[in-house]
Amino acid sequence: MAAMLSFQIHPSTLKHQRFPHVPLNKLSPNTCCPLFSSVSKATNLSGPRGNGVLVNCLPPVDNHADEDPGSVPPDLRKDSMPSHVAVIMDGNRRWAQRRGLPSVWGYEAGAQAFRTVVDLCCKWRITVLTVEIDFIMELLERALRDELQQLMRKKIRVSLIGDCTRLPKHLQVLLKEAEETTKNNSQLHLVFALNYSGQNDILQACQNMALKVKDGLIEPEDINKFLLEKELETNCTEFPNPDLLIRTSGELRISNFFLWQLAYTELYFANSLWPDFGEDEFVEALSSFQQRQRRYGGRSGS
Amino acid sequence: MESKICNLATQFFQDLKSFLRRCFFFILSVGPMPKHIAFIMDGNRRYAKKQNLEEGAGHKEGYSALMNMLRYCYEFDVKYVTVYAFSIENFKRRPEEVQSTMELIREKLDSLIDRESVLNEYGVRVYVIGNFELLSNSVKLAAKRAMDATADNSKSVLLICIAYTSTDEIVHAIEKTYEEKSEEFRVLDSSGTAGYGLIGLRCNGENKDKSLIDVEDIEKHMRMAVAPDPDIIIRTSGETRLSNFLLWQSASSLLYSPHEFWPEIGFRHLVKAILDFQRNFSYLKKKREHN
Repeated sequence: MAAMLSFQIHPSTLKHQRFPHVPLNKLSPNTCCPLFSSVSKATNLSGPRGNGVLVNCLPPVDNHADEDPGSVPPDLRKDSMPSHVAVIMDGNRRWAQRRGLPSVWGYEAGAQAFRTVVDLCCKWRITVLTVEIDFIMELLERALRDELQQLMRKKIRVSLIGDCTRLPKHLQVLLKEAEETTKNNSQLHLVFALNYSGQNDILQACQNMALKVKDGLIEPEDINKFLLEKELETNCTEFPNPDLLIRTSGELRISNFFLWQLAYTELYFANSLWPDFGEDEFVEALSSFQQRQRRYGGRSGS
Repeated sequence: MESKICNLATQFFQDLKSFLRRCFFFILSVGPMPKHIAFIMDGNRRYAKKQNLEEGAGHKEGYSALMNMLRYCYEFDVKYVTVYAFSIENFKRRPEEVQSTMELIREKLDSLIDRESVLNEYGVRVYVIGNFELLSNSVKLAAKRAMDATADNSKSVLLICIAYTSTDEIVHAIEKTYEEKSEEFRVLDSSGTAGYGLIGLRCNGENKDKSLIDVEDIEKHMRMAVAPDPDIIIRTSGETRLSNFLLWQSASSLLYSPHEFWPEIGFRHLVKAILDFQRNFSYLKKKREHN
């Protein structure tokens, strides 16, 4: 079953952050880059990092996909993995600031962590992954352009929710192309939430329903929560409501990410900053999810 | 004679505790204080099981804990307190359990307006928030009595969510918005421009005109519109999920989940929540202004 992964790009980043163009050859892993070397030594990053490859937003394929698909770590139970995981990838800038680095290093490291989580979702058969990312547009553009082949190879479907009208036109076109090219992929459904707000999603659903009432397609009395859910942007996925929401960097709030969809979502707040979120941290979050007793308002089993 | 001494001693210790709480308040109030705290009172039944009490006893202990928390909140000048007493989803439980819980709610709504209750002591106005169509007549009447009896109070506010879910609240607000806007739709429809008015900025980026339905329209029809958004949401028993509570209003709320069951909640949890709130305050403020 394909997994869904949603990512949200925060509007404040689009307004204020601009990545000064740094030629790729200055960041090449083959170039001696003292700043980068000191980063990889000093930070003691866990996961697939510290190998000098922070150049590309999404480094070359690792071999996780070739391992036994569906095998999970011993701490986790295969039969109770969440169908939909949502992630607020918070802390990229703080990660860079703590190391005295420009923000862009934080985003590059964050992209690495993002890649790790995507691979793990493919491997552990999580169907949907929704992500809110504090990304820089140039990085996203580079990722989409460079990684489309990999997305096809790994059978990852890409979707976009939120308001992309404020993005540069060429990025909008690129996003649309990625959606169209990957629409038949079924291993993992990766959803980018770009300038997405839960309240605005409900508002646009409300407006769509009002149009349908005006056109006589539905009666006002027909409006109920099921109709509303069908109009939400998250209806593009097989499992629109996340089972688990992970927020990194220790912030204990939802920040108008999903709203309606989070009614019964288990919330997990990780203290680590997003670039430090690796397989161990993901296993911990999933293990915490599997230990919870989800009652949906009913009585516990005992 | 002995019982008189006991009573005096009890009174003395209560006054001492109250004095100590005031000291905490003076210290904490140097920093920003929350104006609205919401509680998800989870764990009454598990508490009863843990203490080997009969089933209803957990809810009764939970009610005492609620009265204590209300006292502490109002002493701390927290103007709005919201409690999640009964979810629409809770109607799925066994009928006997639903009925006994409803009976307890009715009984406690009536005792809230007693002369000696915490609410009268602090001039608290009560709002019962929820889908009244799902409630029995006796509970509806008890809710109405509590709201009428405290309608003139203005110092603080207690919002009790009964037969409430956020999704129900949002759908209800949308229905009310349509009712309000239906006349405007009809006028525009007859002039052929209703479609343009309904489409918001997201679908049609070039249309800079104000759309007919906006976030403010939906918000003003929310049942919780009588209070500002909560600063802190506290859910006991260690569960970290909102369970369809204040989804619309919780975007910037600090979420705090102590492990203790609801009847075990105490003053120290409130202090911890407020300290966390103060630590995150400037960041929260920037986020709210941005939103």
